This record gives sequence, C-alpha cells and structure tokens, in this order.
Amino acid sequence: MRYLPHTPDDIASMLRAVGAKDLDGLFPTIPENCRRTGDMKLPEPLTEWELTAYLGALSERVAVSPEYKVFMGAGSYEHYIPQSVSFLLSRSEFVTAYTPYQPEMSQGTLQAIYEYQTMVARLLGMEVANASIYDGASALAEALLMAVRITRKKRVAVSSLVHPLYRRVVRTYFEPAGYELVELPFRKNGTTDLSPVDHMDGLAALAVQSPNFFGCIENLGEAAEKIHKNEGLFITSFTEPLAYGLLKSPGVQGADIACGEGQSFGIPQSFGGPVLGMFAGKMKYVRSMPGRLVGKTMDREGKEGFVLTLATREQHIRREKATSNICTNNSLCALTAAMYMASAGRTGMRELASINHDKAEYLKKELKKAGVGIPFDSPTFNEFVVEFPADFESTYRRLMEKRIVAGFPLASFYPELAGHYLFCVTETKTREDMDALVKEITP
Amino acid sequence: MKESLGTTGLILNEPLLWEKGKSGRCGISLPRHDVDPAPLDKDLTTEGPDLPDLSEVDVVRHYTRLSQWNFGVDSGMYPLGSCTMKYNPKINEKLANLKGFSGAHPLLPAHLSQGVLKLMFELEQFLAEITGMDAVTLQPAAGAHGELTGMMLIHAYHKKKGGHRSKIIVPDTAHGTNPASAALCGYRPVPVRSNEQGILSTGAVAELMDEDTAGIMVTNPNTLGLFEENIKKIAEIVHSKGGLVYCDGANMNAVMGIVSMGEIGVDVLHLNLHKTFSTPHGGGGPGSGPVCVRKHLIPFLPVPRIIEKNGAYALSSEFPESIGKLQAFYGNFGVMIKAYCYIRSMGPVNLRKASQLAVLNANYIKENLKKVFHLPYDRNCMHECVFSDKFQNAYKITTLDMVKRLMDYGFHPPTIYFPLVVSGAMMIEPTETESKETIDLFIDSLKAVANEAKENPDLLRQAPGRCKVTRLDEVSAARHPCLAG
Amino acid sequence: MKGIDQLIIPDVRYAPDHEWARLEGDRVRVGISDYAQDQLGDIVYVELPRVGDTFERGEVFGTVESVKAVSELYIPVGGEILAVNPALEGSPELVNTDPYHEGWMIDVKPGDLKELDALMSQNAYVRMLKGLD
Repeated sequence: MRYLPHTPDDIASMLRAVGAKDLDGLFPTIPENCRRTGDMKLPEPLTEWELTAYLGALSERVAVSPEYKVFMGAGSYEHYIPQSVSFLLSRSEFVTAYTPYQPEMSQGTLQAIYEYQTMVARLLGMEVANASIYDGASALAEALLMAVRITRKKRVAVSSLVHPLYRRVVRTYFEPAGYELVELPFRKNGTTDLSPVDHMDGLAALAVQSPNFFGCIENLGEAAEKIHKNEGLFITSFTEPLAYGLLKSPGVQGADIACGEGQSFGIPQSFGGPVLGMFAGKMKYVRSMPGRLVGKTMDREGKEGFVLTLATREQHIRREKATSNICTNNSLCALTAAMYMASAGRTGMRELASINHDKAEYLKKELKKAGVGIPFDSPTFNEFVVEFPADFESTYRRLMEKRIVAGFPLASFYPELAGHYLFCVTETKTREDMDALVKEITP
Repeated sequence: MKESLGTTGLILNEPLLWEKGKSGRCGISLPRHDVDPAPLDKDLTTEGPDLPDLSEVDVVRHYTRLSQWNFGVDSGMYPLGSCTMKYNPKINEKLANLKGFSGAHPLLPAHLSQGVLKLMFELEQFLAEITGMDAVTLQPAAGAHGELTGMMLIHAYHKKKGGHRSKIIVPDTAHGTNPASAALCGYRPVPVRSNEQGILSTGAVAELMDEDTAGIMVTNPNTLGLFEENIKKIAEIVHSKGGLVYCDGANMNAVMGIVSMGEIGVDVLHLNLHKTFSTPHGGGGPGSGPVCVRKHLIPFLPVPRIIEKNGAYALSSEFPESIGKLQAFYGNFGVMIKAYCYIRSMGPVNLRKASQLAVLNANYIKENLKKVFHLPYDRNCMHECVFSDKFQNAYKITTLDMVKRLMDYGFHPPTIYFPLVVSGAMMIEPTETESKETIDLFIDSLKAVANEAKENPDLLRQAPGRCKVTRLDEVSAARHPCLAG
Repeated sequence: MKGIDQLIIPDVRYAPDHEWARLEGDRVRVGISDYAQDQLGDIVYVELPRVGDTFERGEVFGTVESVKAVSELYIPVGGEILAVNPALEGSPELVNTDPYHEGWMIDVKPGDLKELDALMSQNAYVRMLKGLD
C-alpha cells in the first residue's frame, strides 16, 4: 500500500526497539474481551485506476451543468469559479496544514484569514468577522444563541422567510436548552410582517433574511428599529452574499450580527457541503462571539505578524463555559471566499451582482409576458417566485427529462404555496438558456 | 545526527491585499451582460463593497507567497497529537472535484442525484462496519459538531424515556469540546479524574454515576494515548443506571479492525473523517464528523436519512423522533468523497495495518525519547505518547521553548500543554504515514533540542530563528485586539 | 521575581482565593492580590459584573483572563455592586502593574461587614501563601 512506507525490515527493527513480538503484540493494554472478533467486512482495495473509473461512473449519475440547466438556488448557487481560485486552492501548504496553533509556521493561513475577516466585515458593513463557521444555517443558530447570552433573554423572533432549513437547524439547536422561537408571518408582497414584534415581550433577538427565501429584498432598517426599541439584537441572515455586491449592507441598516452562507464565493456546490458560515458583528460583542479569530500583532523584532487571539472565549480553555463548542473554522472555504473576493474586487463584485440581478429580471419579465404569475411584487436580486397553473407538475417533470430544472417547488416548505416555484438565475445562464426555458413552459 | 531538514528558504514579503492593487482592476473574467440593464431602486443599492481591485496576477502572487509561509503535511512531519495529521492522498482530491460531485445541487430530486446518494449510503455502511455500530449519520460538519449531535441524541433518548437528567460525566483528560458540547444540551459536566495509570477506574465512575446522570463521555483511546482498559465495566455501570456511553472517536486511528466500539458498550460515537480517514485539514477545516449509533438511538438520528430500495436511493425525513437538522443540507459531502476513496483504496487489511503501524511509530518514539524527556505514564501507548518538560525545567526551559526550537529543525511541533492533567505536556502523534527514516530524524532532532536545553538554553528561548517571523506578542494581540484592517 | 513578603501589603484584608477587600467609607473595594496577578501572568481581559448586580459572599463576580487561561473571581464580601473599574476595559494590565490601587475591580455595598472581618490579615495571608509554596 503506497500510503504505508514501512518495509518488512523497518517493521522488524522497530518491533525490536519497542519489545514487541509482532504487530499484534503492540496492543497488550487492550483486554481480550475488548478485542474485535472477526475481520472488518469491507470491499477489497482498488487501484488508483479502478477507483477513478468507479467514482467517475458514480459521478455521471448526477444532474449537473452544462448538460443540465438548473434554475434553482434556494441556498446553493451555481456561479463560475475562476480557474485562478481553483488553482491556488490546490496549494498543499494551505490544504494539508492544520489550525494555525503555531503562528511562526502558519503565517500564510493566518494572514489569509485576517484578510478574509476584513473583507467579510467590509462586505457586510460590520466591525468584526470571525474566521468562519460551518454553514449559513449553523451560523444563524450560533448568532441566536449569542443573542440569548448577551441579553439573558430566552425567546427569539425569526421571519418565516428565513430559509426553512435554517429555521429547522435553529430549532434543533434550541430544543435541548428549551429556548423559544417565534416565527413571523409574511405579507402579500413577499416580505416579513414585522408588526408582531412590537407586542412581543422578552425578545433576545429578531432574525430576518435578506434577500429572503422568496428572493425579495427586506426592509432591514425598519426591522432594526423595531427590535432595538424592544431591547433585542438585530440579526440578519443571508444565503446569497453576492447580493451585497449591489445592495446596502446589513451593517449600514442597523444589524448587530450579520451571518449567512458564503458558498457563492468560489465554493463548489458539492451537494451542500462543505460550505462557509460567514459571521460578523459589532466589536462591543466580540467577547460573546463564537469561533476562531485572527488578530494582528508584532514579533520580537517588530515585524508584523498574525496570531489566533481572544482564545479564552473558546472551548479548549473555557470548556463548558465557552461561547460555543465549535473548534475549527471552515478555513479552506474561508480562504476560497477570500481569494474570490480579492479576485473580483469592488469593481468585479458590483458588476457580477448587476449581471445576476439583470438576468433574473429578464427571465421574470419574459415569464410574465408568457402569462405566468409573479405573486410577490417586492424587488428581488437573483431569485424570485413564480406561480404556475395547477397542472404545472407534469410540465416540471417533462422539463427535467429535457434536462432543465425549472425552479424549486415551494409547496414542500410552504404547503399553502402549491404551484409556486422559486427560480434562480446567475451569470451561468445565458439569454438563450432563459429563452429556451420560457419557450418550453409556454404551452 | 544526519543533516537536519530545517533551513532558511526564499521567503518573499507580501503586503495585505488592500495595500496592493488599483481601483478599476479586476481579477476575474466577467460573464457577458447579454440582457438589458434593469437597475434597482437607488435607495437599495451602493457603489459596491469596499474591496481592493486587483489583477489576476496580483492575486496569484499574493496567495502563492502566503502559501510559502505555511507548513503542511506535504511539507513534512506534523506530529500534532490528537489531530492525526496523516498523509492526504492526491487522487482523493481529484475525485472529489469531479464535476458530477462538485457541481451537484443539494436540492436535486433523488432520481437526478443517484451517484451522490449511493456514495453516501455506502460510506455510512463502511463506517458502521469499521466501528461495529448499527447506523451512521454523515451530517455533522466537524468533530465538535458530531459531539453536539451525540449529546442531542442522548438528550432525546432520555426525554423519550420520560426522565430529565441534568449531569454528564466527563474525564479530566477530555478535549474541551466535550464539556462545551454537553453544556449546549443543558448538561452540567461532572469531571472524573483518571487514575495513576492515566485511565479511568471503575470505582471513580461508579461513585459519580446516578440516575440524574445522562451518561459518560469517554475518549478511547484517551488523550494520553492510552486505551481505557476498564471501558467494558464502565459501560456496564453507566448502563445499569440507565445512562448512555458516548465515545469521542478522535483517536480511532489506533484501533481500526482491532476494537469494535459497538462490542465494548459504546452507544454513540463520533468519527473525524479529517483524522482517521485521511481527508486534509485545510488549515482548520472543513472537516466531517459522522456519528455512529447503536440500534436504540437510530430513531433520533438527524434527518434526512438516506434510504435504499431495490438499488434506488432517496432522502427521507419521515422520522418523527429525529432531533432535526445540524446543517442546512446533508453534511460535508466533498469531504465524504475523500474518506470514501481512502477506505476503498485501503481495504480492510490495510486499514488494520494502518492502525498497527500508527501504534508502532508512537511506541518507537516513546521508547527512544523516554530517557530524554519525562514520560509521566510509562506504559504501552496507542497512536500517541505524552511527555512533559519536567527534566528541562531544571534549565528554566519549557515545552514551548523546545517546540519552537524544533521548528528550526524542520518539524511541526507536537500538541502542547494538552491534556491538562500533564503539566507542560508534549503530545506526539506520528501517524502511520511517516517512515522510519523520518521518525529517526525527528527523534534525533528532539534529542538535539534536549541537549541544547542543557548546553545553550538561550538558543531555545530565542527560537524559532528560521521562520518568517520570530515569536509573536500574543499578549498585546489579546489586550488590544486588531481583528480587521 | 519578588518574594512573597513584598507582594502583600498591610492595609487590606485577603480571601483564600486571593482577592483583597478594603473598606473605603461605606463601600468595600475589591481586587486581586499582587501574588495572584503574578501567578496569572500578563492579564489581557477582566470581565466584571454590571452595576446593581448583587452577590452572596463567595459567588463568582467575574473572570480574569491571561492569553491562555481564565480564572474566576469570587466576591470576598457579599452585597450590591456600586461601581466597576472603567479603566480595566482598555487597560487590563493595570491589574498587573498596580493591583492594589489603579487595578481595583469592583466597589461593593456590603451586606454584612462581619464578612470583612472574617477575611485574613496580611500576616495570615502570607502564612497561607508560604504554606502553598
């Protein structure tokens, strides 16, 4: 086996050095009644070429672009990934290192994460971002737990237009601790009905997603005002960070914590993971923040360098009193997003966001022309909801056979929205792709 | 000793991203704007985020230079205890990037994602077989996330049984993630001391275990690199009071094919695919922390679960007792592919051999260094061994000084100051993928450092001398945090 | 390094967990001893309670952090928090440089002044420390 370097001679001489008779003799401390009975029933080893062929065949049984045109976002977005980003990410100095516990040997990771923190904070208009956590959903759960810690209140309000799977994750995190989650209904225009917030007591936080799950841009400023009056924290969530290439940031609109999913920034969709939990907040709450933080400092010769810092918040020091049980960040995904943000820059990010928005508007317009309903009239970014006649399901299936995924059916998450589909258009869809889709849908 | 690995390389300085570039540059190929502009209301938009404008060359040079300041497993031996920094096979990276995997949308209907679901289903089965458990969830994103999942499963189990329990037993050698995960589930961790042999005694557990205690979190092999010999009896004690046994499987690399966790009384266990199953650590993630359970915990596993019927795979959320979801989707699929490839490349015989060689390497290091460094628990170790700086304290030299000097010899330091039960701990885990020659050089280097501690202690206090930076001021970093530029 | 005798001053009372308390008018000022700060090393952060919080004697009223450790602070005299030292937020190093004066932590409105009398004198504290060493 090519990963195991020991020759029989090596093994013999090392066994002599440790005083064991054979390899099985290395385990005298494992009592007989703890030994495994029988071999592991696993397939026999494959060669590199057999493995490649097998995985190649498996991977062909998945519908992906360019063969398929997938007009579906809903928390996972198809964007072009620059070759320079993929190439740099294969640098094994980044890939095969661990958490930068020894700063002298990991300045590369540390500076890159410091730059990531800075760019995320700037993108979201916040003062400080952490080195990332698992995904957008767990980021929201952590943000709400943080608000509970800061305010010492045990109830939160969450918009029903926060991604339904994110809300499910929050419920899972809240259940054992017994915290309460109240969901806010949505209005006819596809945004959150914030009016109940005024009458709710004891709110630790209000969480709103923008653009929301229906793709609509929320009035974050109004939400911030309402929850601040109620002495709770304002948390904004997002699934599509590219929107902030164009839109006003959550920070400018009063967010105390802005968190969400960073997959759009150069990270492959990979069936949902690994992705990137972005997490940013106000400096005054930094000591309550979960996750790793990198800070700038000096070495003994006065040279600038970077270290993990404020570690006393974390589990390896504070154990059961830590701000979170989280240990690592999603470092390589954070690095990917940093490379992507650096490559795009202000100019590229804004232009790319405009392209996404304009293309989505084009498809919206063409569908409208074709007689399809657009039920929510709030402005959207690159996703929007379409209402089809009741018998659309058969068309949806027929389109799939033609290798088009015509949006995401909303009924599974919102039973009252049968026949409603969430469409997404990114820069990967051409005008021809959209025209073909409209042609297929129009009877 | 032979010539050391460490030397000074060609290291280029590189400023922060925003200290480079010029407004108007762009490092990506912008897609065609093939539709009419449809501007948004000006009240909603800005001129774009405050990001630096760089060219593609700027970006490539920046990150290439940064990468050269880093040390990874591909650079050299990385004996970080409890982290299992084994070699990360390259074919696995390539296969995880196949378009059919990396381009898969998580909400595709099952019939359009059969390849993905089959791979996940098979991986679950492999991990169940390796651990001797009954079922597996791949959803947790990392080890700590797996622990949290495990604690939630235990919480749900007790809730179903109608009893509320408020405590959980956690040994003093445990990773900090253990008590932190337990606390998130509302459990109060009750510490139990390991005995003079470095393991748990049945008596100590029996004394603490009662009907208000949800169970115990053990790491086996533990963080001293020792097998918890009394585990079976301990499990019986915990079970007899209605509790459950959680095993932190971070150290599974020592016992593949040798111990079946299901047979020794473990009810729930997490694995770290980025440790035992060779997926790269990525500078601190992404990892993957599958959780394996015995039959009685299956109903509570996170949803959706992968089900198979006549060779067709689907995702099902029809499990009403499930704890729910830990991530928006199904876990770190990209990492799972690599672990799957590793298991298929190794096969059962080589996996077992990997554990044997990991244990051989650790014992070989222990035997060769125990005269040079104090070995608090002088017993057969598993995949790692723990020394202390007790001998070197005589020269006013600490573990920190020694490992910083080890960098100058071209090795990454071991884990230090953990576990907490050993003062000045130095926890060495070589893994099976290091050859005898590399390990001999590592041993010689540590011996040389120990000698310098005696002969020239200042050299150690000034170390490292050959890295991009010298020791950094962590005190002012924490007193006056500068977390963004 | 200073010897134990130099670290301990006479005009305050000491708790076994190394906090000191000094009666100043009708309030009791609390901090940690020079010995304690010396053991903790460079202090990077002090977490203090909110004004108005109340504690029983012996309860945790805050934490003090070095780079890699967190220690809990136990209130030597129970009562209501009247003030916290605002200077520590920006300059936690004051606890290292001047633990008995500039580095004070909280002012307490004592519930029972007998609790102050029950604390150790300089001599008793020094004896305890020498026993510890």
